Amino acid sequence: MSGIFLVTASFLASAVEGVEALTIVLAAGVTRGWRSALTGVGGALIVLAIVTAVLGPALTVIPIDTLRLVVGGLLLVFGLQWLRKAILRASGYKALHDEATAYREEIESARARGEEMRYGLDWYAFVLSFKGVLLEGLEVIFIVITFGASAKQVPLAALGAAAAVVLVTVIGIAVHQPLTRVPENLLKWAVGIMLSAFGTFWSAEGAGVTWPGSDAAILGLIVVYLAASLAYVAALRRQRETALAQRAA
Amino acid sequence: MSIVTNFLRFWYDFIIGDDWLIALVVALALIVIKVVANTSLWWLLPLAVVIVLASSLVRATRA
Repeated sequence: MSGIFLVTASFLASAVEGVEALTIVLAAGVTRGWRSALTGVGGALIVLAIVTAVLGPALTVIPIDTLRLVVGGLLLVFGLQWLRKAILRASGYKALHDEATAYREEIESARARGEEMRYGLDWYAFVLSFKGVLLEGLEVIFIVITFGASAKQVPLAALGAAAAVVLVTVIGIAVHQPLTRVPENLLKWAVGIMLSAFGTFWSAEGAGVTWPGSDAAILGLIVVYLAASLAYVAALRRQRETALAQRAA
Repeated sequence: MSIVTNFLRFWYDFIIGDDWLIALVVALALIVIKVVANTSLWWLLPLAVVIVLASSLVRATRA
């Protein structure tokens, strides 16, 4: 069962981050030239590959209980960050991430910059693509490695992530536009719940807890966190509407 | 700012994010479970998560 969730969480997280990275690379490529933008992508992928190659095997030598306690705890904190942000966005307290707006802003910013050539590259395009892919990619790698190592299934997690990256890349090349129709907040919400549920399960197990129902407890945690987050969104929407009505009166 | 400070700040923002209280409560709950060493304390961490998430959301919306 955890294998399905593992692939799903890695796939969805990578899809969300991939869409955001695609917007940045497209903006850099369209305005400043593709050679520099794609060199930035290549450089970031090399750094991400090195981080994965170092961290992945390093985690496998840690005893499983310690690994699940520490890495599961990190996964939980990281997942709650995603969940918190998704709840604030769904309830209207935080603006939804809009790829069309982000793309427009990146384009304007890139056009406003003067030309600076280094090593035969348009330096702004290179740095913009490099940073965009590296920062979004680090989130994916963090999820893949922590999730995969705790489940002892890093290749499966990597498979889910790779499938999403390939899909986003192929669609991005085909449409040559930012992917504005992807329901990013819904995906982040789903990933936040899954990371939080698995992080809770593994970290508590690593600390010595015995879960009732063993692995089936993960489903229970997913249901609890989903129900809690839906209740929080409903309550925050009511609170916001009341505040807006009072302000208007 | 030095490279080390930048590096630490990046990882702090990356993992802990906007609300350090969430990380603190998760860490405290795990420490309690580990120290008490009671295998039936499975409910403690999910309960702590649900409460600290609510508290964090309330503080975020008031700000």
